[in-house]
Amino acid sequence: MSVVVDGPSGGPFFTVQDLQVEFRTDDGVVRAVDGVSYSVERGKTLAVVGESGSGKSVTANAVMGLLDSRQASISGSALLDGEDLVDATPGRLRELRGSRLSMVFQDPLSSLHPFYTIGRQLVEAVRAKRDINKAEASARALQMLERVGIPNASQRLDEFPHQLSGGMRQRVMIAMALINDPELLFADEPTTALDVTVQAQIIDLMKDLQAEFDTAIILITHDLGVVADMADDVVVMYGGRVVERGTADDIYYRPEMPYTWGLMSSVPRMDLGESERLHPIPGTPPSLLAMPKGCVFRPRCTYHERVPGGLCDTERPDLLPTGDGHDVRCHIPAPERRALADEVLAAMRQAGGAA
Amino acid sequence: MTGFIIRRVIRAMVLLVLISALVFVMFNAAPADPAALTCGKSCSPEVIEANRERLGLDKPVPEQYWEFVKGIFVGRTYGSGTATFECEAPCLGYSFTRGQEVTPLILDRVVVTVQLALGAMVLWLLIGVPSGIYAALRRGQWQDKAVTAVAMFFYSFPSFFIALVLLFFVVIRWQLLPYPSYVPLTQDPWQWFQTMILPWVALALIYAGFYTRLTRSQMLETMGEDYIRTARAKGLAESTVIRRHGLRAGLTPIVTAAGLDLALVMGGAVIVESIFTLPGIGKLALDSVLTLDLPILTATVLVAAFFIVLMNTVVDMLYAVLDPRVRIA
Repeated sequence: MSVVVDGPSGGPFFTVQDLQVEFRTDDGVVRAVDGVSYSVERGKTLAVVGESGSGKSVTANAVMGLLDSRQASISGSALLDGEDLVDATPGRLRELRGSRLSMVFQDPLSSLHPFYTIGRQLVEAVRAKRDINKAEASARALQMLERVGIPNASQRLDEFPHQLSGGMRQRVMIAMALINDPELLFADEPTTALDVTVQAQIIDLMKDLQAEFDTAIILITHDLGVVADMADDVVVMYGGRVVERGTADDIYYRPEMPYTWGLMSSVPRMDLGESERLHPIPGTPPSLLAMPKGCVFRPRCTYHERVPGGLCDTERPDLLPTGDGHDVRCHIPAPERRALADEVLAAMRQAGGAA
Repeated sequence: MTGFIIRRVIRAMVLLVLISALVFVMFNAAPADPAALTCGKSCSPEVIEANRERLGLDKPVPEQYWEFVKGIFVGRTYGSGTATFECEAPCLGYSFTRGQEVTPLILDRVVVTVQLALGAMVLWLLIGVPSGIYAALRRGQWQDKAVTAVAMFFYSFPSFFIALVLLFFVVIRWQLLPYPSYVPLTQDPWQWFQTMILPWVALALIYAGFYTRLTRSQMLETMGEDYIRTARAKGLAESTVIRRHGLRAGLTPIVTAAGLDLALVMGGAVIVESIFTLPGIGKLALDSVLTLDLPILTATVLVAAFFIVLMNTVVDMLYAVLDPRVRIA
């Protein structure tokens, strides 16, 4: 798992470079993803974190070729082992989907076809990519269901999605996504629709399978608890842009972007006392149709006064390195940012200690 | 599944009994005196009273209803003493106006209407469903707009207009078909077909517009579902995604709509049957209204209700077969 296998180009296994996604809508062109870059190695997990509408799912769907080409235009590059997915023909993407690329979705009930049995849907996934007969595909489906920890797997093959519990359904989705040993798995909020206890099981399962198959995982989530459990690296997205990226440790112990602070203090924590209130981020995410002129986070940022000359209102900050592999998009000068980060983290700990 | 069927059938029977009681009471509350309608204007009061007694119209309404229901299940005897005649089960009554028992008359007419309804449904589904799918797959493009506009065009016309236009041009102006004159299929298949084709087309055109729109919206909704994205994420060919995943789910509600519309037409397509002089239930109902033939009217309403209740039950069962989620419910 610690072995990093480089692609033929010598770069990381999967790299998204300056990805842009625009949607033509009746109200004008919406830039849902604006210059996003990230990368992930085999066997590693990259978490993409952000609120709804931050562009994290759109990025994944764009790379997978799952956006309607009549509505969305995609530019930039997404190199899988050196092959650009943005340039690839729809036919080539279809070949890659389900074999090298795979995806687990948020709501397993609506993502499984209600009219077909689990077995039939799994067999279909196998046979879409492999030239084997039904019996062999069935055997593979059964093996996969057992692997993801579904009891009475052979009986489950003949059941319909609605007959399974939410956790079992998500296991089926994971089995389906991994049935052809993909090298890159997008997990789009895989635990959001599940009970907390089931969430932990699903995360453990994904970690096990990742170790076994050496899969690169891009975990899309807004749940920082899940991130802490699984991620090696983290990308924080806001308003279609990356606002901070680094290792999981960077983001947890040395976050430097006010939005990341906000995300962290809005997570309910069991280790803090009951008297501790949540600190939601004030305001709402920006409308993609009317982006603020300066820093996109400026309208919700409580620290913008610390930046001289009203720079936050006029200039878009760049994503600049602040440490080894740790980049931040913020106008606040680095030393002050770090001091503020310490204050914020201390305040969070303080609140826990006070209770 | 068996329990499901039994429950639905019992519910259907209860519903039919309620409807029959309502219809019976309604027609008995009508201002017309049924007995006075049994003979012409110059009828003497004695004859009217005699007929009243023979038909049991002198008895209280609940008792008349009981006789009526009894007639359906075990048959009934009209009159008393020497002047009696048997009406065998299922006896829907006796029409004095026509001097006929209602049941055989209705059965003859039902056969015609059912042929009309089935043929028209096959046609409207053949036209409506594929064009709806096509429009959905070309959403927003000119093909979609053209199909939707044509569907709207036919959907907007009243049925008598389309029927009259067809009759006028095809039969009278261009003389492509002989004037419609119904014969049973077994007697002369070619003439039967020539008679049925225009009524089929007339009904089909009206309904096809609705089915185009319904299919289109169903398909658009289905193709936006999460499981369609899953199917694409599996790397299936787009045609497989549409056929196996889209159509299977999107067309299921069409079955419901088709079943219920079929029931409506089976209950009598009054206008189309009248224009093409098809001896169906709808034409019979219209004629009976004009002559105030209450026994026949009661029977036609009951038959129409029967078809609707029947098709509702059939559709419920079909749905349980088509949608695995219904079985448990």
